[in-house]
Amino acid sequence: MQVVVDLTRCQGYAQCVFLAPEVFHLHGEEALLYDPAVPDDQFERVREAAAACPVQAILLGEEVGSGGR
Amino acid sequence: MAGDPREGRIVVVGASLAGLRAAETLREQGFVGSLTVVGDEPHPPYDRPPLSKQVLLGHAAADGTGLPMRRDPDAEWRLGVPATGLDPLRKRVLLADGEWLPYDRLLIATGTRARPWPNPEEAVLDGVFTLRTCDDAGRLAERLAAGPRRVLVIGGGFTGSEIASACRERGLEVTVTERGPAPLVGALGGTLSKLAAGVQRAHGVDLRCGVTVTALRGDGMGRFVGADLSDGARVEADVCVVALGAVRNVEWLADAGLAAGPRGVACDAGCRAFDMYGIVTDDVFVAGDVSRFPHPLFEYQLLSLEHWGNAVAQAEVAAHNMVSPGPLRRPHLSLPSFWSSQFGLNIKSVGVPTFSDQIVLAQGTLEARRLAVVYGYRGRVTAAVTVNMAKSLEYYQHLIETAAPFPPGPGAADRPLAAELTLPSDVPDSKKLSHGPTVALTGHLPDRRLTVVRHA
Amino acid sequence: MTADTLLERITDYACRPDPYPLYAELREAGRVVRQADGSHLVGTYHEINALLHDPRVSVDPRHGLVRDPGLSEQEQLPFLILDDPAHHRLRTLAMRPFGPPHSPGRVDAMRGQIAELTGELVEGLRDRAEFDLVDDFAYPLPVTVICRLLGVPREDEPLFRRWSDLVVASADVQPGEEAAERARTGRQARVEMGRYLVDLAEQRRGRPGEDMLSAFVNEPDPALRLTREELAETAVLLLIAGHETTVNLITNGVLTLLRHPDQLERLRRDPGLLPGAVEELLRYEPPVHLRRRVPLVDLDIAGSVVPKGEPLILVIASGNRDPGRFRDPDRFDPARVDNQHLGFGGGIHLCYGAPLARIEARAALGALIPRLGAVTLVEDPPPYRRNAMLRGPRHLPIRVGSL
Repeated sequence: MQVVVDLTRCQGYAQCVFLAPEVFHLHGEEALLYDPAVPDDQFERVREAAAACPVQAILLGEEVGSGGR
Repeated sequence: MAGDPREGRIVVVGASLAGLRAAETLREQGFVGSLTVVGDEPHPPYDRPPLSKQVLLGHAAADGTGLPMRRDPDAEWRLGVPATGLDPLRKRVLLADGEWLPYDRLLIATGTRARPWPNPEEAVLDGVFTLRTCDDAGRLAERLAAGPRRVLVIGGGFTGSEIASACRERGLEVTVTERGPAPLVGALGGTLSKLAAGVQRAHGVDLRCGVTVTALRGDGMGRFVGADLSDGARVEADVCVVALGAVRNVEWLADAGLAAGPRGVACDAGCRAFDMYGIVTDDVFVAGDVSRFPHPLFEYQLLSLEHWGNAVAQAEVAAHNMVSPGPLRRPHLSLPSFWSSQFGLNIKSVGVPTFSDQIVLAQGTLEARRLAVVYGYRGRVTAAVTVNMAKSLEYYQHLIETAAPFPPGPGAADRPLAAELTLPSDVPDSKKLSHGPTVALTGHLPDRRLTVVRHA
Repeated sequence: MTADTLLERITDYACRPDPYPLYAELREAGRVVRQADGSHLVGTYHEINALLHDPRVSVDPRHGLVRDPGLSEQEQLPFLILDDPAHHRLRTLAMRPFGPPHSPGRVDAMRGQIAELTGELVEGLRDRAEFDLVDDFAYPLPVTVICRLLGVPREDEPLFRRWSDLVVASADVQPGEEAAERARTGRQARVEMGRYLVDLAEQRRGRPGEDMLSAFVNEPDPALRLTREELAETAVLLLIAGHETTVNLITNGVLTLLRHPDQLERLRRDPGLLPGAVEELLRYEPPVHLRRRVPLVDLDIAGSVVPKGEPLILVIASGNRDPGRFRDPDRFDPARVDNQHLGFGGGIHLCYGAPLARIEARAALGALIPRLGAVTLVEDPPPYRRNAMLRGPRHLPIRVGSL
């Protein structure tokens, strides 16, 4: 599973960092960094983070070529 | 075009962010025909912003930034094969392997590539890099992990500054050279560029402004060992990253008769490409970094920008319009916006900061490195930049969208005394910089002036 | 009835079980609706969201034209009702032992004990023919969690509950004659509660535990240390907010699921929907309904001017039901997409404890959902708490097994 954050929308609420601290990090007070490749054991947490994002900026999904074709 | 626009053959050239989002949107909008996505890189669509940040820091793998799909676009992916030509009359795209791909509608989303070091012999020295693709990032990250004694970054734009930030965070010595007076000056103007320079120096960057690199030096065995600067100084380094901005991938369109040039492919508000005579096409669409499109808030000048959010928004509009009859088409009107994270600061911008004559510090302070700067042009608000104050940006975006008067009215709780003063925005001519703005107004149609040739 | 009595009707206790028709009336009446008492109500999504992000809109009651005379300029206030830059400084300091960037894993690390607590509470309901979801579950869970997190003895609950009730009542939006008296007793309770919490913190000076009070009082860097007054106000805020709101979220959640058996069944079959369901609850039945603001300048909101200093009331629960933003807003849909709700507010004052509330609500609902198939509500609507701002059932009596 891959994750991408629309950082144009992101306002630095850091809800994702609270909920999935192994995937999302704050760099300084506000800048968000994350590992786009989500390990299997972090999948549930990232899903929670995506649901919780106050600006709905987090997309979790398969990358092209990982599934059917 | 006869028949239902949701049927037929669509070819998308470009398999990065804009290409992927366009392909998804086509299906979302009910396109049931055949869809082919062509990409010059062998990789499926991946995200580039992490390459100069997480990947260089070693927090993410260079080959691990694949973009998640919103839905499977059910496309044929032709990856690793660049498009090399376009025949708009016979409606087909030529691929590097000699194959012609026929289309009913075409989307051009070929983006940009890194501007190479101008001297080809020096550019191939081992240790000299550009950073645009995941392969670039993988090689550079590996080299940084090996602990070079010094990294030279040529160009103090966003990419160059982010690379310098990653180097310092890894404990590496780094020199940044910039032809202009300060880093980011071409994008943010004078005041914030001084802040950026101060931040870089405070983080231990050896920042050299007002100089150019005149030569890259090898050790005689093809390895990069240092560079000569225009002020006579010499920098010894093991790694050099050339961060001189981007070149638009338009060469494959050279004979296509489109309004395509170094600043991109011109299109209308509905993402339809113009031909070289300024006549709009109806079967060739453009989206993402390779496009130039008119914006009503900026005097309908053609905007040329390299922004993640624009690639997504414009791809969505283009795809919608490709499968919609005329009256149901939408204009692409979203405001330019971008972000950069460097040296622990979150820099966000909305509007076009270079389209300005004055600025005002509207909230916060430079000392705290937490602030909002508003840009104005001829008495109205045209842009805003926040540093570690992203939650305020929406407010300023609204001011830009409503062409609110500049300077903005008082009232912010954390409005500094300095807000009483408007300052010149001090945006230099980008020709005199090592870096350009990532958003620029590029005048009106087309790149070439037409001359009337009368036949006898 | 005219629109200028809406606030009076919204805060009328009789409307507590279902204020939503009044919110619809508010949205119909305009973007800004002036009330007979001089305050201004805003109930549409986009206007509320813009005001939450507007730096010219203050949360500090001292900027109001009509203000509590007992409130002095010098008084230390909690960051909830302070503007930047003072708010930013205090909230950042308060965040250090709680969340990122300084303590990113703190809340995540509590998942285990929250799950354990939830399990114990559910276990306690076994074999009961009837129980009160509030007293037996939704209240004890967040209280225990916030006590452990802050380092407050759980057995002191009766003590701080009384203070908390008074403080919360004084902060309610309720035009009325006892407002001054409520403000006075509320302030008194805040002072006493602050003293109690500072005393607890002082006991840990030099002998730190894992709790937040310990972290505050043992901060080695003087630049990052809270003053005694700041510590008192912050600790009071966190203790109150930590248990007065999550109780509503959990209780509203169970109430909503019991009113929507089809959705309850859907969640039972697909627990993967739970994160989305909690967000939908925050939209559909948020724990906090109203937020108070004060414009620092004359403010133009969608063509109406709200003069500087006049009370501005954001009806965020109404914004969450705005058909101009949400499709089919009165439908409870755990799988709703594009759910950018205002349940935790927005902008710089977005709920500090939101991540903790989410984890608690998910754990609570996740543990309860498998058992809700065979229960019924004893009363619907249940009895509500008086508060209009922090709205939720006072009790939620539940009978096990159908009649």
